[in-house]
Amino acid sequence: MTTGLTLNSLAISRHGAPLVQIDTHVPAGEVLSIMGPSGAGKSTLLAALTGTLADGFTTTGRVILNGRDITDLPTEQRRVGILFQDDLLFPHLSVGENLSFGLRAGGTRQQRKARIFEALNDIGLAGFYDRDPATLSGGQKARVALMRMLLSEPEALLLDEAFSGLDPELREQIRALVFTRARTRNLPVVMVTHDPAEAEAAGGPILKIG
Amino acid sequence: MRPSLTWVPRLTLAALLLPVGAGLWGVIAPLLGLVHIAGADPDQAIADLLAWPGLTDASALSITSGFGATLMALALVVLILSQLHGTRGLAVLRRLLSPLLSMPHAAAAFGLAFLIAPSGWIARLFSPWATGWAQPPDLLILNDPWGIALTLGLAVKEAPFLLLMSLAALGQIRAGQSLLIARALGHSLSGAWLKTVFPAVYRQIRLPVYVVLAYSMTVVDVAMILGPTLPTTLSVQILRWMSDPDLSLRLLGAAGALLQLALVIGALAVWWVGEHLIAALGRRWITSGARSHGIGLLRPIASGLGTASAAVVLTGIAGLLVWSFAGQWSFPDALPAPLTLRNWQRFGPALGAPIQETAIIALTTTLIALILCIGSLEAEARHNLRPTTRAMALLYLPLLVPQIAFLPGLQVLLLNWGLTSGRWVVILSHLVFVIPYVFLSLSDPWRAWDRRYGTVGRALGASPNRVLFRIRLPMLLTPILTAAAVGCAVSVGQYLPTLLAGGGRIATLTTEAVALTSGGNRRAIGVYGIAQTCAALIPFAIALTLPRILFRNRRALRPE
Repeated sequence: MTTGLTLNSLAISRHGAPLVQIDTHVPAGEVLSIMGPSGAGKSTLLAALTGTLADGFTTTGRVILNGRDITDLPTEQRRVGILFQDDLLFPHLSVGENLSFGLRAGGTRQQRKARIFEALNDIGLAGFYDRDPATLSGGQKARVALMRMLLSEPEALLLDEAFSGLDPELREQIRALVFTRARTRNLPVVMVTHDPAEAEAAGGPILKIG
Repeated sequence: MRPSLTWVPRLTLAALLLPVGAGLWGVIAPLLGLVHIAGADPDQAIADLLAWPGLTDASALSITSGFGATLMALALVVLILSQLHGTRGLAVLRRLLSPLLSMPHAAAAFGLAFLIAPSGWIARLFSPWATGWAQPPDLLILNDPWGIALTLGLAVKEAPFLLLMSLAALGQIRAGQSLLIARALGHSLSGAWLKTVFPAVYRQIRLPVYVVLAYSMTVVDVAMILGPTLPTTLSVQILRWMSDPDLSLRLLGAAGALLQLALVIGALAVWWVGEHLIAALGRRWITSGARSHGIGLLRPIASGLGTASAAVVLTGIAGLLVWSFAGQWSFPDALPAPLTLRNWQRFGPALGAPIQETAIIALTTTLIALILCIGSLEAEARHNLRPTTRAMALLYLPLLVPQIAFLPGLQVLLLNWGLTSGRWVVILSHLVFVIPYVFLSLSDPWRAWDRRYGTVGRALGASPNRVLFRIRLPMLLTPILTAAAVGCAVSVGQYLPTLLAGGGRIATLTTEAVALTSGGNRRAIGVYGIAQTCAALIPFAIALTLPRILFRNRRALRPE
């Protein structure tokens, strides 16, 4: 079995017109940066990988994740995590509840709660369980969003301009955190960005589309 | 495969359209002899209708009150928006919109009646020092034969609806940019609004305007309170025929309903032609190059009329409140001498049953409507359905077909099929009017929800249902509660569906209040009017406060 994420002659077309074609393999622990101007289909490609393409799009080819063909699986069964430019923490849940939503099912109530406290500790937010996400700083929100995603134990990670909403200093810090965590867990990472510096900083191969 | 939700929009449309279709069939079929009503002859019914001496006056009244109220309400809204765009005055009116809108028509009409009657508050305030009246003057201000009081009452009650729809439309078009550009080209603010913003707004509020026209032509409860008595409006006369113990008169009622429907269709056609004429004239004005600086002078009139029409409705309700606590109150005193709890003690106990009935019907109807609307919107999101313009027009259909044109048919059919009318039939008939308003209120916030929250939830391993119940619905709690409040207010205010679908046996606050019209006991009317207003306003109060309490620690969701 090959580990990593394989896009096997993946082609997306919109109302019959070809939009993106890609054939590549992202090994576990590596980052593939996809660059292109807006409208080139970067976000469409990620939607194809998460299984949330809108009507009117058709895909051919296969998406293989750690030997599993996930092409036709519903989003929730793919085990593909995604981070957007906005943190998208659920505003009606506390920080801890957001993490619990992400944590894979299983374990007793106490065990689950213990895992969440541990995770909060891990990202330097001990004591934040009951906090309103709206009261967090940008960096804190980004860390919670990352941890929420990791707790769902994904097998691949997608980044949709994930760092462009952060100011430069913070961006450096969060990027380092995300990439370190992805590498420790051996996750293949696909990052789309319009910023060459961002793609450069990722340290992996860069693919230009559009 | 996941269970499909596509049947929900279909079921919703069926709940809207089947009663209307069946009702129209029930009006037309007996007249064509396809359905027989014992002791009634179709040809005779039509002949009787044509021979009714009030026919011309009643038809004319339907047309004048419809066009009069719609033109006034629309003119007021255009005046307010074009003159007060971006001012604090508009912000204040905006805040008053919900209570003005939710107030049942009957309560608002009673309030207006207490204000303008010869012995009403206005006459009292100016007597005797200005008018010299020591007794209420013998003037036919209320129930005037020309329907002026009726038309004015409808205009002030319908203007908030058109204002709300216009404000919603303004949110969708880039009014700010158009205005900036037009003003940079040297146009006055209100001229720029009329020339660049209004055409786009009108395109969006067209159906609501048609609804106001059809409604104002055919309203029953307001006409019973404010309209002329001999002859009455056509709609009130149809109701009399329909509720006559002599069952053969039902067919006469059906013939009247058909005439009423024809009048509304004709009026809508005339309005449509008028729209095109105005559009042609407007285009000429827009291309004339006039900078229209004089229009700004209308601004005081806009604020004045806007304030006055809101004040009329609100003062009317204050009048109901004062009457409900009034002891001895002789003319021309501005206030009753003793304020007393006696009226509430006297009429209060009898309120219990209608309050309970009103609540059961309103809550059940609203719950069903919410489930259908949320199901339809969720189906739209999950199956990537796009509602067509035609489907949206169908949503307005039950509001365009006059109640008095199809509800009698429903009654005829129920009677003919030997079905007992009762609470469930009333709930089904209320659904026809509650669903469109709940849907209109909920659809914009529902569609504006950031779908990436759903993507994140699904990527975290949640099923579509879990995303719906754990993320989307809680995040949209505030608009859902608002839609529920709108639904309750619509149900509480329904008079004709309750009366006709309930076979006269279902007593709600509204049917009881309207039934007091003929008696003229102002203290009783005050008590019932206030109870009715509260029944419509309390859901809004809950919709306003509950999210504040639940989300007190959730800044992003707390209403401002």
